[in-house]
Amino acid sequence: MAEIIIKNVRKEFGDFVAVRESSFTIEDGEFFMLLGPSGCGKTTTLRMIAGLELPTSGEIYLDGEEIGQKPPSERDIAFVFQMFALYPHMNVYKNLSYPLVSQGMPRAQVRAKVDEVAGILGIRDILKKPVGGLSGGDRQRVALGRAIVREPKAFMMDEPLGALDAEFREHMAEELRALHDRMGATTVYVTHDQLEAMQMGDKIVVMNNAVVEQFGTPQEIYDKPATMFVADFIGSPSMNFLRFDGQVGAGATSLTLNDTQIAMPQIRDGASGNLVLGVRPEHIRFSDQGAYRAEVLATEYLGTTQIVTLDTPNGEVKARIGSDQPAKAGETVALNFNADTLTVFDEASGHALRSELNEEVLAHG
Amino acid sequence: MAEVRLQNVSKSFASTNAVVDMDLTVPDGAFVVLLGPTGAGKTTTLRLIAGLEKPGTGSIHIGEMDVNGLTPAQRDVAMVFQQYSLYPHMTVRDNLAFPLRSPILKTPEEEVARKVQEVAEVLHIPHKLDNKATELSGGEMQRVSIGRALVRDPSIYLMDEPLSSLDAKLRADLRVELKRIHAELAATLLYVTHDQIEAMTMASHVGVLDEGKMVQFGTPREIYENPQTAYVAVRLGQPRINLLPAGVLGEDTPTGAHQTGLRPENIRIGDGADAQVMRVEHLGDQTRLHLKVGAHDLITLTDPHTSLSPGETLKVAAQNPIFFDAAGARVC
Repeated sequence: MAEIIIKNVRKEFGDFVAVRESSFTIEDGEFFMLLGPSGCGKTTTLRMIAGLELPTSGEIYLDGEEIGQKPPSERDIAFVFQMFALYPHMNVYKNLSYPLVSQGMPRAQVRAKVDEVAGILGIRDILKKPVGGLSGGDRQRVALGRAIVREPKAFMMDEPLGALDAEFREHMAEELRALHDRMGATTVYVTHDQLEAMQMGDKIVVMNNAVVEQFGTPQEIYDKPATMFVADFIGSPSMNFLRFDGQVGAGATSLTLNDTQIAMPQIRDGASGNLVLGVRPEHIRFSDQGAYRAEVLATEYLGTTQIVTLDTPNGEVKARIGSDQPAKAGETVALNFNADTLTVFDEASGHALRSELNEEVLAHG
Repeated sequence: MAEVRLQNVSKSFASTNAVVDMDLTVPDGAFVVLLGPTGAGKTTTLRLIAGLEKPGTGSIHIGEMDVNGLTPAQRDVAMVFQQYSLYPHMTVRDNLAFPLRSPILKTPEEEVARKVQEVAEVLHIPHKLDNKATELSGGEMQRVSIGRALVRDPSIYLMDEPLSSLDAKLRADLRVELKRIHAELAATLLYVTHDQIEAMTMASHVGVLDEGKMVQFGTPREIYENPQTAYVAVRLGQPRINLLPAGVLGEDTPTGAHQTGLRPENIRIGDGADAQVMRVEHLGDQTRLHLKVGAHDLITLTDPHTSLSPGETLKVAAQNPIFFDAAGARVC
């Protein structure tokens, strides 16, 4: 299996820069997510790892060997596309065996290998069927099987679940992840769906506008976003931004928001001007007392929890609280923020200020 | 606005029974959401009310009027489809005004202008009124097509998955907006979706459909907390309710109980049956633990910063379980 290192990789298409100098490491056996909105450069990055595009500059290492300029056939990487590409005139068995036969593998060995892979994917009983009549799920399994039979060093997947409906997507996501856990193959997976990335990934790279915004474990990225883009893109509802004009000095443990002192993790690098306090919806609590007050605009019931939209002196905010707690549109409540979890951003640069909470993450991000 | 009542309505297409013996009352001013997977009969129900399909049997009343035999236009309903259908060569203003200028309504022009402005403001698109429909983003186009329904003052608004083609963020915004619009207009609204979040967050009442039948009707809270069948129980709640053979966790089971239903938040960690951690899913605000108890999969929620990892074992017990019989019906 494989470790993949991306080092200062850049890709231009004419005048257009698809990926700016990007660096990150995909460790052996990881399920690694490339996450971002459309046009952010995530698919181009994936295609460069697979060799379908060549980087304009920079290096790509596969198990220590520099492969950046090599053709795909010399990389031993399997690619699973968004629309499963199967040979329509062949049955399932032929579709699965084709990559092996074309490598010149002996017949008996091919049969054993296909049988093994069909077993892993639970498709032994459809081996004789033509692919034309298969359900979406089975087609997807066959497409995966074709990638797996070759035992490549790594798998590249470009939104393989994008075309499926919500309920089935969730099911296939679990199946894919379970398959990965059984096989332990390094997998690089492109998606624009933050929940899919959080759910399936060991690590996530968040990209925007051809730039890597942050790289880390799902929980790190969620708790300690390096930029406002990441804070907004990850989480549903996303992180609240309370904008204020003011200053926080190095060493400060609180800030002033609309004349109210708000405690926060100790700041390492101070800043002043247009600042933003970032707070996740579940880190807001209601109380009867407190100086920071807000009006309830709307509530959304979600079973155990509810989302409450509030009008604060610093803009609209969403809080996630238990659905057993009373909240009615029109009421005024005081808000408490969970001090340990707050992030302060500099609005102009969009970057998080270094603090006790995030300094380790920002140091290596 | 008016109450809409379906009594014993059935509809089949060739050998498929799309809607079976449906009784449904949409109270005046309610926001009713029909929830169910593809093929449950949601859209057919909507189309029957709109007059786009004729029922095989049964009656449909809008207000006091029996609408069987009336054309869609005579029924005074406004429908929003999944795929926005705008006139591409017209401006947003003309698209919104179009239904009002129809030969049936023949609204005076100053009334049209007033209505269009009002709806544009409700939908936050007044600055787009002079744009061509093709110059809008997907979310704006869908808002305009909702607006084309809102300019009218029909007995009921019928909406068929109007948000399903939009991306997640926009969907979340429009959910809040639709709910606000409903409250502001005091409109009667029947809305079809397979998205449980839309059903839970917007509805005053949810009707859960299964193979053309109405299996439960109630407030979102009633449906979530007190599902009458296992089928209904799995429709609401993420992660979905755990269904286990009754007694697996050592819980007391009533007679007739075949399955135990246990919401992920109702699993107590610390005592009870042995469970093995299979996978830990960090979703940020919550962490999902995938467990195995014997041969059975179980999902529960835990502290976002848990140090548990795959392979570890712990003990789990059931809290507030609910029970279903072999046919999936609730057992008390």
